[in-house]
Amino acid sequence: MSLTLEKSFTKLENFGHSLKTPAYLLRPETVEEITETFGLARKTGLTVTLRGAGRSYNDAALNGGGIVLDLSGLARVKAWDPGSGLITAEPGLTLEQLWQTVLPDGWWPPVVSGTMLTTLGGCLGMNIHGKNNFRMGTFGEHVVEFDAILPTGAEVTCSPTKNGDLFRAIISGMGMLGVITSVTLQMKKIESGLLEVHAWPTRTLEEQLNSLLEGAPHYDYIVGWLDTITIGHGQIHAANYVHDDPDPAKMQVSYQTLPGRLFGVMPKRLLHYFMKPFVNNLGSWGVNTAKYLASLRRHTFRQSHAAFHFLLDYVPKWELSYGRDGLIQYQSFLPKETALQTWTEMLDTAKKNGLPSYLGVTKRHRPDDFLLTHALDGFSLALDFKVTNRNRSRLLAMLRDFDRTVLEAGGRFYFAKNSETAPETALAFLGEETVARFKALKKRTDPHNLLESDLYRRVFGSL
Amino acid sequence: MPKNSRPNFPPATPLQPRKRAILVGASSGIGAALAQQLAKEGYSLALLSRRLDLLEEVCAQINREAGETRAQPYAHDVTEYETVPALLQKIVQDLGGLDLFIYNSGVSHMVGLKNYDFEKDRRTTEVNYLGALAWLNPVAAMFQSARSGQIVGMSSVAGDRGRVGNPSYNASKAAFTCYLEALRNRLSRYGVNVLTIKPGFVETDLLKGAKKLFWVVTAEAAARDMVKAIRKRKQAIYVPARWRWLMLVIVHIPSVIFRRLTF
Repeated sequence: MSLTLEKSFTKLENFGHSLKTPAYLLRPETVEEITETFGLARKTGLTVTLRGAGRSYNDAALNGGGIVLDLSGLARVKAWDPGSGLITAEPGLTLEQLWQTVLPDGWWPPVVSGTMLTTLGGCLGMNIHGKNNFRMGTFGEHVVEFDAILPTGAEVTCSPTKNGDLFRAIISGMGMLGVITSVTLQMKKIESGLLEVHAWPTRTLEEQLNSLLEGAPHYDYIVGWLDTITIGHGQIHAANYVHDDPDPAKMQVSYQTLPGRLFGVMPKRLLHYFMKPFVNNLGSWGVNTAKYLASLRRHTFRQSHAAFHFLLDYVPKWELSYGRDGLIQYQSFLPKETALQTWTEMLDTAKKNGLPSYLGVTKRHRPDDFLLTHALDGFSLALDFKVTNRNRSRLLAMLRDFDRTVLEAGGRFYFAKNSETAPETALAFLGEETVARFKALKKRTDPHNLLESDLYRRVFGSL
Repeated sequence: MPKNSRPNFPPATPLQPRKRAILVGASSGIGAALAQQLAKEGYSLALLSRRLDLLEEVCAQINREAGETRAQPYAHDVTEYETVPALLQKIVQDLGGLDLFIYNSGVSHMVGLKNYDFEKDRRTTEVNYLGALAWLNPVAAMFQSARSGQIVGMSSVAGDRGRVGNPSYNASKAAFTCYLEALRNRLSRYGVNVLTIKPGFVETDLLKGAKKLFWVVTAEAAARDMVKAIRKRKQAIYVPARWRWLMLVIVHIPSVIFRRLTF
């Protein structure tokens, strides 16, 4: 046996630095070692959680006192066909490695997250979306096929037509049904290394949501930035693929890569220290206001794919600027009809409670048929909140209130993001039938509950 | 190992993080008082002792007062050394991690001024010292590898000098104090704190029938001082603090005088 628990006990954190739980961190380098780990779990009585890049804001990739299986060592591209745009890779491959592999041949991942550091396994487990969810759906909708090892030891191949129930549950299943060991994805053909981006300001939340609604049919990507303190000042970025600039140089990785220095001088890895003084109520008001004033000019420009998509990677380790107790993200998904009123109320309450969000991002969505789906025909609003020892319990109480409001408005939540989702909330938005189906599949693929995470225990442990 | 028997501590979440502690020797005296106060500090506690019925009472009281599961009992005899690693692993999973480990088990088998009794000495050594090694070795390995954590050892002022009344008790505590110092020297470079506590006379079962006592404090008062030291991540304390000055004198009494004393 090559993987042992000895000397593997490690202090692990979530991406938001809001929760620290130690676990036995094992890093398999072969598929056989994954099977071995399940044997080890059975023998020791320990549970296993899958971890890719550890970019979840909550407790999805943590397993206090148990085994955390870090799959970032399984990161090979097994096959890439520039003719068909089909790529087969292991689960630890990051989106960064993915786009850098396919872009020089004129392809781009059809769905990407706001950071390129996430892994394919994580993207599939949470069934992530991008700024084009309304058009291209979720990450899982571009999977042709995947192989997985189940905790029972069985190996399965799943596609939309083969083992369809497992396909739609393992994708979105938070890594709780099995371990994806290989996945084949369809890339999207592009004609240029650039996107044409249109930026315009919005003065109210209503204007922002209308911009998303009316803009979506005309653009390939659309996303809104919202100043949650004025509740409405904001900016829309909408982008289309460029068809008239086929310069191959712009499809090279070196052209796309984000610069390492600010103004050519300051290394970006130091930038988060300088952000720290602004990550408080007053500072974020200043930053948001300045950003809004700068965005008042309606303009159009061309930007590389990487620069447009991976906004979160501009400042490496930006999450550290939130201080010792970190941050959490609260993302709610609401139908078109109820979004405006619900969020207006919510942001108003946050302001009154003295717990404003420092960053708000809105997106347009469409529903999908994956089992634990978070999407719907409507919008999402993602809010970042700073966590401190003093505000923790007030923040929790407020967000639990928001949960009730969102549920009443027919909304949904996302397991990669929210830290407060209670079992009854999950039951309410997923529906009893969906939870029962998930539990039945869990029983089939993992009868001894070897796969468990802090997230799973928090939300599904008592369901 | 069956998993369905898993006690349900409320899970730590980003908005409700929890500190987690194991306390070995928690059914009465200082241990029980420490458990009560750590629970009030918000710790999730795994309490260990041979005497399960007493332990269950301690847990029930803590959980009643907290209004949620803060403490769970685990029956364990510290002289069953070989059971320790698996039990530790299980408890750490139940707790969802580990921030603080306290070894508080201790016995005192008085042999009398003129008598010798190997059986009694062995029992004292096994509980006070060997049991501590059995636990602290794997706990130290865990904390060293995680580069965080705090270890607390309940030694005694009795370990500072060998005295006529109870040689093996003195020796077991002296060994424990020395072992804790060695652990501290090993682990502080990994960010792990090791606290040696040397209580004087604390009103517990251990003192029943003992004579010539002074500066006696209640277990609750002693536990308050200890929790404060844990919070401040101190390295070594006497409880109550004034023992430091008395012991400073006592350790410097020349042997030529000390061997004529009868305390």
